Amino acid sequence: MRALDLVGSAIGNTFRSKTRTILTILAIFVGAFTLTITNGLGTGINRYIDDTVAAIGAEDVMTVTKVAENATDAGDGPREYDPDAVAGAPVPGPPGSTSIVAPIGGSQLDELAAVDGVERVQPVKSIDADYIVAGDGTRYVIDVGAFVNGMRLQLAAGEQPDAAASAHQVVIPDSYLDALGFDSADAAIGETVAIAVTAGDGTQHELEAEVIGVSEASLGTTDSVVPNDAFTDALFTAQSTGLDPADQDSFTQATVWYDPAATPEAVTALQDRLTDAGYDSTTVEEQLGSFKAVIDGIVLVLNAFAVIALLAASFGIVNTLLMSVQERTREIGLMKAMGMGSGRVFGLFSLEAVFIGFLGSAIGAAVGIVVGTAVSSALSGALLSNLPGLTLIAFDPLSIAAIILVVMGVAFLAGTLPAARAARQDPVESLRYE
Amino acid sequence: MTTPILSVRDVRKSYGRGSNRFDALKGVSLDIREGESVAIIGKSGSGKSTLMHVLALLDTPTDGVVELAGEDTGTLRGARLNRTRNTTFGFVFQQFFLTPNASVLENVILPLKIAGVGRRDRRRRGLAVLEQLELADKARSTAVNLSGGQKQRSVIARALVNDPRIIFADEPTGNLDTATGAVVEDLLFGLHREQGITLIVVTHDEELAARCDRRIHIRDGRIVDDEAVAA
Repeated sequence: MRALDLVGSAIGNTFRSKTRTILTILAIFVGAFTLTITNGLGTGINRYIDDTVAAIGAEDVMTVTKVAENATDAGDGPREYDPDAVAGAPVPGPPGSTSIVAPIGGSQLDELAAVDGVERVQPVKSIDADYIVAGDGTRYVIDVGAFVNGMRLQLAAGEQPDAAASAHQVVIPDSYLDALGFDSADAAIGETVAIAVTAGDGTQHELEAEVIGVSEASLGTTDSVVPNDAFTDALFTAQSTGLDPADQDSFTQATVWYDPAATPEAVTALQDRLTDAGYDSTTVEEQLGSFKAVIDGIVLVLNAFAVIALLAASFGIVNTLLMSVQERTREIGLMKAMGMGSGRVFGLFSLEAVFIGFLGSAIGAAVGIVVGTAVSSALSGALLSNLPGLTLIAFDPLSIAAIILVVMGVAFLAGTLPAARAARQDPVESLRYE
Repeated sequence: MTTPILSVRDVRKSYGRGSNRFDALKGVSLDIREGESVAIIGKSGSGKSTLMHVLALLDTPTDGVVELAGEDTGTLRGARLNRTRNTTFGFVFQQFFLTPNASVLENVILPLKIAGVGRRDRRRRGLAVLEQLELADKARSTAVNLSGGQKQRSVIARALVNDPRIIFADEPTGNLDTATGAVVEDLLFGLHREQGITLIVVTHDEELAARCDRRIHIRDGRIVDDEAVAA
């Protein structure tokens, strides 16, 4: 029998006993549907996290701080007070927690640049803004975020800040739109806002910049304005006027670029070299990695439930096909008498199982996509509206195809027992009717 | 004299072992020439069905030799054995073994499908043989909707479609009333006469046996009488 005829016969046989086949397909449908939804949940949330990672920092970048000379690991006992140590960025934990870091100056930047694997190093110029104002409107307190080339902010309108531009540009958060007197995100683009900083000598400077984009709030970002490099430099210079030169050249953090193609092992090796040189380093991946691990864990557990459903369904396939083999004893015997080989008989029944699996999983995946998309768009309008950009359930064609293939594989395995029984049948026994 | 198409030498077949051992055939030898019509007659349990199964290469004898056109079939295995059965034999059973919900044409071309004949060729040959058996108008009907005689004619069509050299008929008229049985008998013997197909009929119906060239009586696994009718 030709392979194509075999497939055709198997598909034809599937619908001989319609009720039984449909019930089996329904059982598989439930499993495949659940698997599709849980998988979509994982895809959606992880995709959102990936977008958020891009909004927090570029992929090929790590943040470096200098470990204070007398800093010790937690648990090493009390630490001596270091008057030169600066309070760095807040660390996760109870309010008031800070990591004690040593200042990074020109010599430290040179030292960092010399570390093998570091492509570029740039100090993080942290800016402490007083207020933001549009025209003659009310002044509002605001934080200033840093923009590193390679980052992708999640924008409601406009463009990413241009690192190469010499004009002063700024991206404002969408929560400030109303306060600043803009009707919509699009209306704000091209307008001018001013940001004020207080210099070391106590004078206040107000600098103007063009609004180039409006950012959406997301998981990892706060409501802060993001200036481009030119505007950051201008703000920093204004803020530093009046300071003595030694203090001017002192930063808490530096940003280090490495090869974007570097493997995770190479990145770890680079971090080890930085540790040896006396620096702490954090990649963007590390900042969100644990979050992703939690999501992956949850999705894994949900998938396990779907797999249990599939397992139950596969016993349905075994049962359906065993009954089918029983009913078709004579027919199998006849086909074998007419010269159909055992391998072909096995193929006929296991193909039938695979086809049942295909129908169940394809319908399950299709309905899963429709329901998932509907639920996810309903939720993002209501429950999750303060997390713009989150598609709770997203579908990746590759993983959908993988689900269908896996279910077909499970169906094949379930079909082997009945198919082997059919293949072993003795034509003489099957055709006996006396 | 030419080589017989089927030659059986001292064939024994037993089932079970020890005290449960049952000898279905206890040393059977016979030759069947090409173009003969042979009736194998016996009561149920006489071993006639076993003999047919051995002749049709469905069952391997415990002992003895079965030669098909001079070739020892004991050496045939797997795919070659299947191909030999598929191209040499046609089967007509008392219970029709038609797939009930498939069309008559689908049922008839099953041997061609198994042989791997192409779709178009299958259809052409299937329709030709249905034409020959005056069933062409039923080609599209489902098998379950046919009368008994039509079913048996479909089965004969299925046996014929692969141009076999031998047709095995196991109680071909057992399930039919006298009138339709006679029609089916005429059909089988007509094919035998006109196309020279060797016909081996297993039956306990003396009237049907009487129409054959040769009658082999089987009792308790032995040939008790092998009478040829002077043609």
